[in-house]
Amino acid sequence: MATKKDAAKSNVSRDELLKYYREMLLIRRFEEKAGQLYGMGLIGGFCHLYIGQEAVVVGLEACAKAGDKRITSYRDHGHMLACGMDPKGVMAELTGRSGGYSKGKGGSMHMFSREKHFYGGHGIVGAQVPLGAGLAFADKYKGNDSVTFTYFGDGAANQGQVYETYNMAELWSLPVIFVIENNQYAMGTSVKRSTKSTTLFGRGLAYGIPGEQVDGMDVLAVKAAGEKAVAHCRAGEGPYILEMMTYRYRGHSMSDPAKYRTREEVEKIKTEKDAIEHVRDLLLTPGLASEEDLKAIDREIKDLVNASADFARESPEPAPSELWTDIYA
Amino acid sequence: MATEVLMPALSPTMEEGTLAKWLVKAGDLVKPGQIIAEIETDKATMEFEAVDEGRVGALLVAEGTAGVKVNTPILVMADEGDNPGATPARTAAAPLPPAATPAAAATPTPAAAPAAVVARAAPDWPEGTPMKTMTVREALREAMAEEMRANPAVMLMGEEVGEYQGAYKISQGMLDEFGPKRVVDTPITEMGFTGIAVGAAWGGLNPIVEFMTFNFAMQAIDHIVNSAAKTNYMSGGQLACPIVFRGANGAAARVGAQHSQDFAAWYAAIPGVKVVMPYSASDAKGLLKQAIRDPNPVIFLENEILYGQSFEVPDLPDFTIRFGKARIWREGQDVTIVSFGIGMRYALEAADKLAADGISAEVIDLRTLRPIDYDAVLASVQKTNRCVTVEEGFPVGSIGDHLASTIMQRAFDHLDAPVVTCTGKDVPMPYAANLEKLALVTTADVVAAVKSVCYR
Repeated sequence: MATKKDAAKSNVSRDELLKYYREMLLIRRFEEKAGQLYGMGLIGGFCHLYIGQEAVVVGLEACAKAGDKRITSYRDHGHMLACGMDPKGVMAELTGRSGGYSKGKGGSMHMFSREKHFYGGHGIVGAQVPLGAGLAFADKYKGNDSVTFTYFGDGAANQGQVYETYNMAELWSLPVIFVIENNQYAMGTSVKRSTKSTTLFGRGLAYGIPGEQVDGMDVLAVKAAGEKAVAHCRAGEGPYILEMMTYRYRGHSMSDPAKYRTREEVEKIKTEKDAIEHVRDLLLTPGLASEEDLKAIDREIKDLVNASADFARESPEPAPSELWTDIYA
Repeated sequence: MATEVLMPALSPTMEEGTLAKWLVKAGDLVKPGQIIAEIETDKATMEFEAVDEGRVGALLVAEGTAGVKVNTPILVMADEGDNPGATPARTAAAPLPPAATPAAAATPTPAAAPAAVVARAAPDWPEGTPMKTMTVREALREAMAEEMRANPAVMLMGEEVGEYQGAYKISQGMLDEFGPKRVVDTPITEMGFTGIAVGAAWGGLNPIVEFMTFNFAMQAIDHIVNSAAKTNYMSGGQLACPIVFRGANGAAARVGAQHSQDFAAWYAAIPGVKVVMPYSASDAKGLLKQAIRDPNPVIFLENEILYGQSFEVPDLPDFTIRFGKARIWREGQDVTIVSFGIGMRYALEAADKLAADGISAEVIDLRTLRPIDYDAVLASVQKTNRCVTVEEGFPVGSIGDHLASTIMQRAFDHLDAPVVTCTGKDVPMPYAANLEKLALVTTADVVAAVKSVCYR
């Protein structure tokens, strides 16, 4: 696995690092704000925050080109922000307002953007895996070189349909990258308590799918692995598995007291592995950016998130007539 | 002592077949397991083996004879065994055919009933349209092939749809015409390939997913309900799912509880899908073409017993039928019988019998269960003041229950009797031939229900 030292040595530009810093920070501040609005009763139901895992989506989005697709589970806010969806529309969906991406009818777990090729936002654990392979099937059928990033967690990795999909994806050489976001806990069950086969990417080898484990807290390592996987897919060589070793700082959902792990464990990761602090170091230590530069970005992000929250509060609830629209196309 | 070898039943629903080829001749000595003939069913050409050792006496049916009924003697063995007395006078070769399949028993003359009435009450094509006779199976195949020729994004996937030519021969010849890119054989992995097909539909294709039977779609129900049906709504109208799920639904014959179930009422309960359940070949064709063009997920429920039944189909270059329009097969004054799918067979037979008893039944085929043509049912009930529903599915939460409640709420004052629902019985399907017959809805059930609402 790539380390901080390796990354610091790599030939990454100031602009690139600033871009990652900004994108990861947006996700973190957005999620903190969402948590706040949830506490105020403005967001209801299930709300799964992405805090801690930001490097995964930001690093992989850096490998994507126009036409590439992405699909994920219910922990989806970070993916939407990383692929360029408007934070206002995402936040307004969280508050169930007409200005949301699904007009308020999807909620935190169910948002989509045809324009940005974001295909959800799926609430049934593991269901997005064959769906993502299906998007890749369509691209292969049409003969383009797009790839589909199909994200799922360590919990979903025990669903049978994941392996049905592996089998067909390799059989048909589908251009799909299976991204296992291994944050080590499926709700309250740790990987070790759910399987003896804990090297999750290795299960793909049984189907002939290559893969690797990646330091998912290091955006540069994520990007490097992502580029390799994308090249494999675009060359028509079929699927690739990236097991991103990551960590979520918050509970599974807003109502999770997280008694299944210690405060020390969480603190240790935050102190030693934080993805945003890592990029901050890469910028500050060699003098690529000043504290002032980064503060300016912090302010910019804070304003953007506050504007999103304001929009989400002010956007009207959907009209009652919306109950009966969009059932059929 | 001579022993007759009988025409075998080579599938659960086979009623007759073609004796394609004899591989033995009179005077030949045959051993157990030796292939003696090739028999063609509507699904496949099968090899037929001898069970006992013996010498062929005479071939009773000439090579190439079509329409040989199951259990017809086809060959006489001149028995040369050691113990002739122990050989039964008549033995069947494996597999042992039932005396008659329940399906066969329930349908003495499959193709006959509809023809006369259709011409009068068929609004789906202009008067004077030339007609051709085809089976439901051929109609389904023609619908898929025509749509695939017209739209390169239409493709077929499922188990055995390609090289095997379709488990029920619906897709016969399609691999040859469209190639393996568009006729995709899948592993036996319903949940996985259904999810892939739904994703492919979002990605711009128009997949037709064949479930060998809808019993196996239970493995994939999450993707049908949660992924295909709900996403257009959950996305605020951004992500429609143009896909068709089709295959055999309902009881075949003697295949037991896990393979005999009508899912019509289940699927009809789900907002976001459309549900089609055709009876005739013209409806199978026109509605399947419509289903493939629909931008929504369509559940297309076929019936194995109907696959081989012939009907008149309009000979038009592009024939479609819009959803939500019932078809009145037979006009009547005294009672309305509402059915769909194979239930129509019992409904029409009952109407014939009732006519002989002086009761004039109006028979309505719903054809689509989501949307349902309530207006056609209500208009008819307002005329006849009585209604009987017929379906093969379970009684609790049936389509009949839903119609009864709708009629009660919207035409209560027109009713002269309670609506009676004829359904399958509230039991898992038994295997035993007599019990299976008892579990299914029958023509006699429909006749009795009509007489009860007519107070006769």
